[in-house]
Amino acid sequence: MTEQMTSKSAAAIDRAKAQGRAALIGYLPAGYPDVQSSIDAGIAMARNGADLIEIGIPYSDPVMDGAVIQAATTEAIANGFRVASVFDVVAGITAATDAAVLVMTYWNPVMRMGVDEFSRRLAEAGGAGLITPDLIPDEAAEWFAASDKYGLDRVFLVAPSSTPERLAMTVEASRGFVYAVSIMGVTGARQSVSSAAEKVVADTHAAGAERVCVGLGVSTADHVREIAAYADGVIVGTALVAAIRDGGVDAVAQLTKNLSAGLGRAAAPAQNTAPAQNTAQA
Amino acid sequence: MVDASTANSQENVADAFLQGGASLRNAAGPYFGSYGGRWMPESLIAALDEVEDTFEKAKADPGFLAQLKDLNKNYSGRPSLLTEAKRFSEHAGGARIFLKREDLNHTGSHKINNVLGQALLAKRMGKTRVIAETGAGQHGVASATAAALLGLECVVYMGAEDCRRQALNVARMQLLGATVVPVTNGSQTLKDAINDALRDWVSNVDNTHYLLGTAAGAHPFPAMVRFFHEVIGEEARAQILEQTGKLPDAICACIGGGSNAIGLFHSFLDDASVKIYGFEAGGDGVETGRHAAAITLGRPGVLHGARSYLMQDEDGQTIESHSISAGLDYPSVGPEHSYLADIGRVTYEPITDTEAMDAFRLLCRTEGIIPAIESSHALAGAIKVGKQLTAGKENPADTIIIVNLSGRGDKDVETAAAWFDMLDEDGNVKGTTLSTRKPKGPSERSNLEISTEDASEDQN
Repeated sequence: MTEQMTSKSAAAIDRAKAQGRAALIGYLPAGYPDVQSSIDAGIAMARNGADLIEIGIPYSDPVMDGAVIQAATTEAIANGFRVASVFDVVAGITAATDAAVLVMTYWNPVMRMGVDEFSRRLAEAGGAGLITPDLIPDEAAEWFAASDKYGLDRVFLVAPSSTPERLAMTVEASRGFVYAVSIMGVTGARQSVSSAAEKVVADTHAAGAERVCVGLGVSTADHVREIAAYADGVIVGTALVAAIRDGGVDAVAQLTKNLSAGLGRAAAPAQNTAPAQNTAQA
Repeated sequence: MVDASTANSQENVADAFLQGGASLRNAAGPYFGSYGGRWMPESLIAALDEVEDTFEKAKADPGFLAQLKDLNKNYSGRPSLLTEAKRFSEHAGGARIFLKREDLNHTGSHKINNVLGQALLAKRMGKTRVIAETGAGQHGVASATAAALLGLECVVYMGAEDCRRQALNVARMQLLGATVVPVTNGSQTLKDAINDALRDWVSNVDNTHYLLGTAAGAHPFPAMVRFFHEVIGEEARAQILEQTGKLPDAICACIGGGSNAIGLFHSFLDDASVKIYGFEAGGDGVETGRHAAAITLGRPGVLHGARSYLMQDEDGQTIESHSISAGLDYPSVGPEHSYLADIGRVTYEPITDTEAMDAFRLLCRTEGIIPAIESSHALAGAIKVGKQLTAGKENPADTIIIVNLSGRGDKDVETAAAWFDMLDEDGNVKGTTLSTRKPKGPSERSNLEISTEDASEDQN
């Protein structure tokens, strides 16, 4: 990984590491159900144990997303979400919290705005960088230039199917952390965490990555606990989207608190309610 | 529109390439100029590499090529005919129009060429399952056919809207043993079927090959799908030389993703004297916004793994395309077409639903051939090209045009009957009690909607 000194994501993960635990990364789409709720929910995640916040840009053709996130992002677009609002969400969360805020986006919306222009505005909003599910380093020349120019993190994905050569290349290209996909599939809550995840993390570390975070199918504190034992960070998406859908910002706060208990720090408050537990497993 | 200046510039482009010692043929990908590539999740890169590697080895393997040739001949019925359309030609300024009869292939369209090739590759890779997307149903039917022939499990993703428009093809796929999954996301058409097929592929890549049906998507699909369709142009070139003793003045094809077109075009790309035309779906007219003319009105972007012309809004969200023809209802286009458009070698123009349906009826009545509505866009374009190229000519019959008749229109009979007002308000063919749909509804529109619900119930 290159230029870790300037990385906001790396700093956030390292702060968690200094506390003897993995980092918690929470995902929610921008504009769902509206822009202000996204800001409030992002702040709620940060105040309840999330070290990094991942804000998704709703996109018309989200091929890596399962039904829950598809439904949420489709609704956000139908409600009039505009891509430029993501900068308001990022700015709103960074103004109120210390969390590193990354944007998760399919590539065409970035291309359409212009990679340099998008990067400039993201940096201005205080964003840490981008997670790019359908951009591989092989196609990322413009993004390399812009992310270097504006000091943004480049979080590329690795998968159980990645060859050693591609792992090495992707680790080299990434800044901040490497996103290890736990399973061959799309986003969505699953009963258990794939056994493939631990191997991907080990292989990615062996390929030189200092920070590897695991996402896809992580929805409960037990999942978090299992992954935190071998990864530098744990990424939760679908379960949080289901929480905001069913219970709004309060449910997001409660679920984040529950999930962060899996990281091994101070136990979540005793008043954790049954409904919130159910949400966590949705 | 079709005018002499674009035709001349095409000639100049091809000349410039040839004189520079370059060829436009056999472009290997992943890039066609600045188009193409692999804008795909990392999870699928290993699978794409495996497909590419298997394809490159097969292409150089005489055993594979012989197997494919045998299937093309003894299963599909190749070579397909090149039929002169003499009465139709009278409506195209008197230019001689020749139809490349892909409609006569087994399963009724050009799609069989590609699926046989890819299904053989799937077997070589040890895959036991193929998945496919389909718009009009032609690629789904072809995929189900190849899967049955080669003993592969087959799942076809089809937009719910397209299931309604092409209910007959849904039944055909099921008869062939395939599972049809109606896709209810987004616009419920071809692009959404591709999204769901990609989601399936990423989840089942160990045993599954994604049998993509058009010359689009991530590398190696554009170059590979073209390779399997190149036989169209190779045959057409030899047949026209045999029948007329010279190369055509122009060739025409319809463009959705662009697989039948690139298959025909490929053999003629380096023939500077041959003008090449691709006809996109203009829907209600490009000025209405309800169309599928990606090259005419789109701008470069990435969708489904390739950078190409794309119908998108200011935010980069894909705009839903519209066409009477399910097979052309796609908001992007194969990347090689985007390149050929930019350099000026091929001229791409929109044809409206109305123009296409007029050409559909004309071919029915002048030649006794019911064309697919997709192919009717090429026929409508050929009428314009014929009139333009023969304008002021003493002997219009010196002008020769090949049209790729990419599919037959049996699947489109219901759409055509509604279009030409042949149905009464109960959906019966007028003057009969023969219903094209059941149950009957109060109007054509609601009648069709009821049918969709039936179709999805059948599949659940």
